[in-house]
Amino acid sequence: MSLTTAPPILEVRGIGKSYGSIIALSDVSTSVNVGEVVCVLGDNGAGKSTFIKILAGAHDYSSGELFLYGQPKRFTSPRDALDSGIATVYQDLAVVALMPVWRNFFLGSELSTAGGPFARLRVKEMKAVTTSELQKMGIDLRDVDQPIGTLSGGERQSVAIARAVYFGAKAVILDEPTSALGVKQAGVVLRYVARARDQGLGVVFITHNPHHAYPVGDKFLLLKRGTSLGQFTKSEISIAELTGLMAGGAELEALAHELER
Amino acid sequence: MTTATAAPPAKDERVATTHPLVLLLRRPEVGALVAALGIFAYFSLTTTSFLSAAGAATWLYSASLFGIMAVAVAMLMIGGEFDLSAGAMTGTTGLLVGAFTTQWGMNIVLAMAIALAVALAVGAFNGIVVIKTGLPSFIVTLGTFFILQGVNLAGTKLVTGQVAIQGMSAVPGFDAVRVYFGSSIPLLGMNLKVSVLWWIAITAVATWILLRTRFGNWIFAVGGQQQSARQTGVPVLRTKIGLFMGTAGAGWLVGMLSLFDVATVQATTGIGQEFIYIICAVVGGCLLSGGFGSAIGAALGALIYGMTLQGIVFAQWDNNWLKAFLGGMLLLAVLVNLYVRRQAGVRE
Repeated sequence: MSLTTAPPILEVRGIGKSYGSIIALSDVSTSVNVGEVVCVLGDNGAGKSTFIKILAGAHDYSSGELFLYGQPKRFTSPRDALDSGIATVYQDLAVVALMPVWRNFFLGSELSTAGGPFARLRVKEMKAVTTSELQKMGIDLRDVDQPIGTLSGGERQSVAIARAVYFGAKAVILDEPTSALGVKQAGVVLRYVARARDQGLGVVFITHNPHHAYPVGDKFLLLKRGTSLGQFTKSEISIAELTGLMAGGAELEALAHELER
Repeated sequence: MTTATAAPPAKDERVATTHPLVLLLRRPEVGALVAALGIFAYFSLTTTSFLSAAGAATWLYSASLFGIMAVAVAMLMIGGEFDLSAGAMTGTTGLLVGAFTTQWGMNIVLAMAIALAVALAVGAFNGIVVIKTGLPSFIVTLGTFFILQGVNLAGTKLVTGQVAIQGMSAVPGFDAVRVYFGSSIPLLGMNLKVSVLWWIAITAVATWILLRTRFGNWIFAVGGQQQSARQTGVPVLRTKIGLFMGTAGAGWLVGMLSLFDVATVQATTGIGQEFIYIICAVVGGCLLSGGFGSAIGAALGALIYGMTLQGIVFAQWDNNWLKAFLGGMLLLAVLVNLYVRRQAGVRE
């Protein structure tokens, strides 16, 4: 594979962000390649949200560098990031619960016979595309006409990702996609993340759950109090070590000791 | 949190199964259709005049005026907003045309065009204020409703010294325009008012827009989850302003239809009817919270209202029963809606 020679889709070097005198993030480096899953792990307040907003183009960065396919880049807006192929799937998913799956899939980018709001929708085509795109990702819906609210949380998450992929994303940033889900539903999403990876997408997977991150991740970036605790490949770290690092191993041991009776 | 795993284990987790009854109930207009058939059958069997040609023409006419408004109001409600000024607008537009033509001798077509422009401007104003300020449309249009009501009464008195404008039939060109707004067409022995055709056409166009155009998709989206709609690039402001202009435009049409039917317009025309439009829309399956409903349902809601309004007269009941019936229908419809949303709606 020539993956090693091609520049990564997205790379940050020593990136940081401060709001006035508050340093929200400093000196974080990582990269996401084609067909790679980078997991960003951290507890609450670790700087995950700031990191995501920089990658998504919602915030500018105040130090360090960001490269898109090896070229230095500053996103001016989320739209700019999206047009560059970086799609972010937020926790609220941007779906309308009462609307059919296929209408949600194409919402805001509907296919119609001509321009303008009153042109006829190409309904059959949109339904067919939705069905096949979801099938590609292993979501087998009998009826794309059902309201998306009737799908499970994991399926809805998967539809939102599939939508980003279909509309040209090269890398997807997933903001805590499994945090509100039960074990089984989280499994649906993780399987889906793996499929997206297999299709050649770069995935940035933000989570606070090492048990969700470890099975799909290739690289693990640990954040704590706004800075990086280091980046590890899967071979370098075990799930136990990952969990320990995340929770702040020594602190956890001290806590366990303190609570012991 | 973890309740998502509580799904029955026998079910394939990737495939959401849907009960056939829920599939049927997912059509917003089903409840209204059943009710309309029931009411039609009841009055047809218990009164002699209901099914007669003259009787049917009467309740169809009545239903058509409410129906045109209910369809426009339903589209707005699907878009997540209310318009309480819609009723008074039917009076305002009629009064404007009446005053322009009978008092100042303006050309009737020009007067109608100006009245339409005024209506659309008020609609756009409602929409811009609601979206730009984030205030509930209920309050904003309540304000415009009272303004229109006051202007209608005070303005009419100021111009004519009376509370009505009369003598429209003497205006040059009245009969030519009347063909489109106030004539009758013989059909199946009925003297069918042309407004019924307008009603059917408006319902068909609204249904087409809602289900088969991008604009329709946006209406459901802005009403269902505005934030999501915005995130996916739906033009929220334009969509909502368009809908408010739609109800105002429908108000103009109904204003014209009643003006050309009787050649007279009362200063109080349309006042108190704004809630009837909303009730018709809700009976037809619109959710008060937006994002769900249908134009056909609203048209059926208006048909129910029109049939009951005239049916009670034919049955020689005290017509105050109408209000009680209307309230009962509304409650029933809201309960059905609640059930539908629980079944087909949001899981969380």
